[in-house]
Amino acid sequence: MDAPHVIVVGGGGTGGALAHDLVLRGLAVTLLERGELTSGTTGRHHGLLHSGARYAVNDPESAVECIAENRILRRIAPGSFEENGGLFVALTDEDMDYRHNFLAGCAACDIPTRELTPVEAVGLEPGLNPALKAAVWVPDATMDAMRLPLRFFATARQGGARLRPFTEVTSLLHAGRRVTGVAVRDRLTGREGELGADLVVNATGPWCERLAAMAGVAVPVQPSPGVLLALVGRLCNLVVNRLHGAADGDIVLPQRALSIVGTSAWTVEDPDDLDVPDEHVQAMYREGAKLVPAVASAAERAAWSAARPLIGASGGEGGGRELSRTFKCFDHAVTDGVEGFVTITGGKATTLRAMAEATADLVCAKLGLEAPCRTRDTVLAPHTAYYTRRAA
Amino acid sequence: MNTPRTVLFKVLRTDPAAPVPRYDEFRVPVGSRTTVLDALLAVRRLKDPGLAVRHSCLHGSCGTCGMRVNGREVLACVTRLQELGDPVVVEPLAGARVVGDLVVDMEPLYRRLEPVGRPLLRASERAGPDRAEAAAAPGTGPVLEELERFEDCIECGLCLSACPVAGDPRFLGPAALAAAERVLEEPRGTEGRAVLGLVDDAHGAWRCHLAFECSAVCPAGVDPGGAIMRLRRRLLADRLPRLVGKSHPHQEVPS
Repeated sequence: MDAPHVIVVGGGGTGGALAHDLVLRGLAVTLLERGELTSGTTGRHHGLLHSGARYAVNDPESAVECIAENRILRRIAPGSFEENGGLFVALTDEDMDYRHNFLAGCAACDIPTRELTPVEAVGLEPGLNPALKAAVWVPDATMDAMRLPLRFFATARQGGARLRPFTEVTSLLHAGRRVTGVAVRDRLTGREGELGADLVVNATGPWCERLAAMAGVAVPVQPSPGVLLALVGRLCNLVVNRLHGAADGDIVLPQRALSIVGTSAWTVEDPDDLDVPDEHVQAMYREGAKLVPAVASAAERAAWSAARPLIGASGGEGGGRELSRTFKCFDHAVTDGVEGFVTITGGKATTLRAMAEATADLVCAKLGLEAPCRTRDTVLAPHTAYYTRRAA
Repeated sequence: MNTPRTVLFKVLRTDPAAPVPRYDEFRVPVGSRTTVLDALLAVRRLKDPGLAVRHSCLHGSCGTCGMRVNGREVLACVTRLQELGDPVVVEPLAGARVVGDLVVDMEPLYRRLEPVGRPLLRASERAGPDRAEAAAAPGTGPVLEELERFEDCIECGLCLSACPVAGDPRFLGPAALAAAERVLEEPRGTEGRAVLGLVDDAHGAWRCHLAFECSAVCPAGVDPGGAIMRLRRRLLADRLPRLVGKSHPHQEVPS
């Protein structure tokens, strides 16, 4: 008997990791992406491999996910991270007060920490504001936001997944209350067609409401953009975070010969129409320079916005910051009585593999398959294989 | 109220099914931050969903949005319209198969890069001996013996498009030669000898015509032209003693 066919819609990190996971479990997989792979939210993040410390106080569920995945990804994607660590830096008395909760939160979430004096911290990271009061070292790292996901795509394709970028889903095929496939348009040729599937997974991040609407269902996702600023010059080697609750411009991290400052948060309806407000760019300069003073005089390389897919009701007060960064898998048979359709959304770049595992578990359960997840121990192909080793 | 300034975009369109490419014209609004990529994505969103373009990071770090703008290879995401005239002519990179519109097949670049085997990571700035010493001193917190960072090259293919010789698929090309020079400079466990053999070839380092177009268009400061010159010096130093029948006086190539 042929393996069941699963269509994954969305060529971001989650879709790539899911295609990889499903192929390892023996399924036939087709992945569809309307543009280039990683052209949505995935490619635009700041490149942080979270230690989880940022969420240890207010969002421990995300923190635990992050530290677990941080350890797994270093193992399965060697050579894809700058493993220089990260610092949480206290600049004010309020930051020093927050430090106690922070250390307790990290300990509770199994995130290793090491307290540093200002002299020790500046010795480790000379780019720091020398007026810091204290710092805590954590196992943050940085990644290439495109090339890490490409390793999942490359490995998935080697395993037989069909990857179809520039292929847009125009509608879902139905048989009664069951989704049976997708109608697609090839954006390069304009050709239209239909693809049948035993199950369709919606992995479109902040666009997931759009695809869900084609199935006649709703998902409670709030697209929440943030502005990021890229500066000319490598101003630090470690990830530098502000030791306080999440706020605008509280992280500076290196990326090749650039430095990235992030980020802000607000909410929008259309994740395709993102503004880059000047006042947000100025906030990145102002807040970033408090952590790494050289930010203030660094030339701007680019400023851009990326839309997070946050799970929660619309219209929150905090621009979405109060919402958890954890992920959620929706079985629309359970939530809406629509069979053959699953949505995975929320989450973070750091948790792409865990999101895929949870989704593949649900997919296999729905298809009546018993196939354990193997992605925790499968070392990924290099990103170059995505381009050089095309499947037949 | 001021009418926003607009510019005329002339975009070379290639439909894989049609025999001849054509230029399509779009008038796009210009803001102080608008980049070529912003304008193309606005065209795709509002006027023509079929416009094919690659993009990912939006800040010149992933290397996917390379194209020719007014005849020059650039990354569309960091090229602002205010730096350009009117009209703006947008074409795909040269010397590669056009998959559709502004999307070219990147396989020729990666086919050249992969055998070189250059790691993505390199030693970072400020990772010298002083630093290792300081980090090893007692009581200074976590020890970082070697800070690391990603290589500068973002594999965008601008150099291959601009190079007057790289139209010949046998030529290793500027990106791969620059990567080879990095491997020899900082092997990080790779096999330097094999890379030396790869580049010491009529279609390797010796094929370059010194046009330095690669270095002029490189958006990441890699200077492939300079790297090729350093490679040639290294190859000569390796070769000359052999030609005159003597053993190598000082081994430069890590074994």
